[in-house]
Amino acid sequence: MFRNVAELVSLAEQHQVKIAEIMIRQEVEVTGLTREEVMAKMDLNLTVMERAVERGLNGVKSRTGLTGGDAVLLQNYIKSGKSLTGTLLLDAVSKAVATNEVNAAMGIICATPTAGSAGVVPGTLFAVKNQLNPTRQEMLEFLFTAAAFGFVVANNASISGAAGGCQAEVGSASGMAAAAIVEMAGGTPKQSAEAMAITLKNMLGLVCDPVAGLVEVPCVKRNAMGASNALTAADMALAGITSRIPCDEVISAMYAIGQSMPSALRETAEGGLAATPTGRRLEAEIFGQPKPKLKDYLV
Amino acid sequence: MKYRSAFEIIGPIMIGPSSSHTAGAVRIGRVARTLFESQPKKAVLSLYGSFAKTYKGHGTDLALVAGLLDYDTYDERISDALDVAEQLGMEIIFKEESAVTEHPNTVKINLFDEDKKLEIIGISIGGGAIEITEINSFKLKLSGDPAILVIHNDRFGVISAVTSIFSQNKINIGHMEVARKDKGDTAIMVIEADERIDDQLVGELQKLDNVLSVIRMVL
Repeated sequence: MFRNVAELVSLAEQHQVKIAEIMIRQEVEVTGLTREEVMAKMDLNLTVMERAVERGLNGVKSRTGLTGGDAVLLQNYIKSGKSLTGTLLLDAVSKAVATNEVNAAMGIICATPTAGSAGVVPGTLFAVKNQLNPTRQEMLEFLFTAAAFGFVVANNASISGAAGGCQAEVGSASGMAAAAIVEMAGGTPKQSAEAMAITLKNMLGLVCDPVAGLVEVPCVKRNAMGASNALTAADMALAGITSRIPCDEVISAMYAIGQSMPSALRETAEGGLAATPTGRRLEAEIFGQPKPKLKDYLV
Repeated sequence: MKYRSAFEIIGPIMIGPSSSHTAGAVRIGRVARTLFESQPKKAVLSLYGSFAKTYKGHGTDLALVAGLLDYDTYDERISDALDVAEQLGMEIIFKEESAVTEHPNTVKINLFDEDKKLEIIGISIGGGAIEITEINSFKLKLSGDPAILVIHNDRFGVISAVTSIFSQNKINIGHMEVARKDKGDTAIMVIEADERIDDQLVGELQKLDNVLSVIRMVL
């Protein structure tokens, strides 16, 4: 079993296979499932992701009305031909948003690595798909590569907003996506690790501050940012740019930052955007008067 | 290693909005239901940390009850779980606790019916993965799947009889814990295996002397 990114990269280099292949082999070994069963299981996840994006692009609305419909606005904007950042990037953003709008509406999604950050990996996958034309098998490999990097973060740091802030959720998702995009685009295992490192460095310190404790504001838009960050970092790594701080050390830094983050900024809806006047007003509108919190008197 | 499978990272397939506060909560509720072995008449759910602060927004209340109703993480009936429980006559009480727990997403579940009661403590560690840290005051760590729980009398030879059956079936044990209330009283074994545990093996364990019950866990 690989314990960190350095081991993962060296295993892939040593066996001269993709990172996806290392993850698939490990999965077969750990679970006792056959290779076919493992691939079928991931295929089901991929199908759920496709349906969620499709549903989100048709327009959904959450029960609170706080989120929904932005994916449609983005698709219409892309079609207008006026976008500044280009079709691929905005397509990824719109599909990431679509997935998270479905999640906020209590629809069916596949957590990657969490539900709150479920848009980044499929959003970028379905956008680069249009340019790289992967086979279904290669799309499954994209998900296994993302899983391999997420696996390292989950075991060495955290993928929970309550434990490590949003850097652990959208940050991890964004890094996983960047690494997988690099591999699909023909980059080396080492370049995947560089992309992951570059992405995570840009996400360090991101707090988890959901308004009213709902996975809506700012979560949906953070997935948009996660998708664009992943694509930017992937292109940087493919251009030959490396991270001065090795990927595993960035992951350790993320863990340490999460540990020192106050609990008000770790999914308690007590700090950050949740504690703004508007955040509090929305909370009151949704759940009735919020209970006065001690912290509000102290600031 | 807390996480062992790629599908803990890419997955689970679930109803939103939160993998830790919704899907993880369904799973903890479901473990409680599995251990209780029937539908409880009454459930007291004590929420701690982030669970206590944000359970309404994340639907953690619906999710825990959905688990008690034996729903899966992707069951579209999750959002109706509280109504269904009421129709079935299950009394549900939520308590927002202020005590600081080791993990921010902690829930204590107490289940009751006419003849039995159960208390479990579960934590949702992220991405839908969970750990059970206490069952009826037995402190343990149940996190992996496949796993089974053996409740037995605290007598010599029971542990070796149980592990012998694993060895005869060529199944390696990855993690094992034994806890007891008092010397000679009831004891509990948590066994996490490297491979799937089939009905035949569970049947063999159930036939052993001093084994009171064998429960296969779905985490």
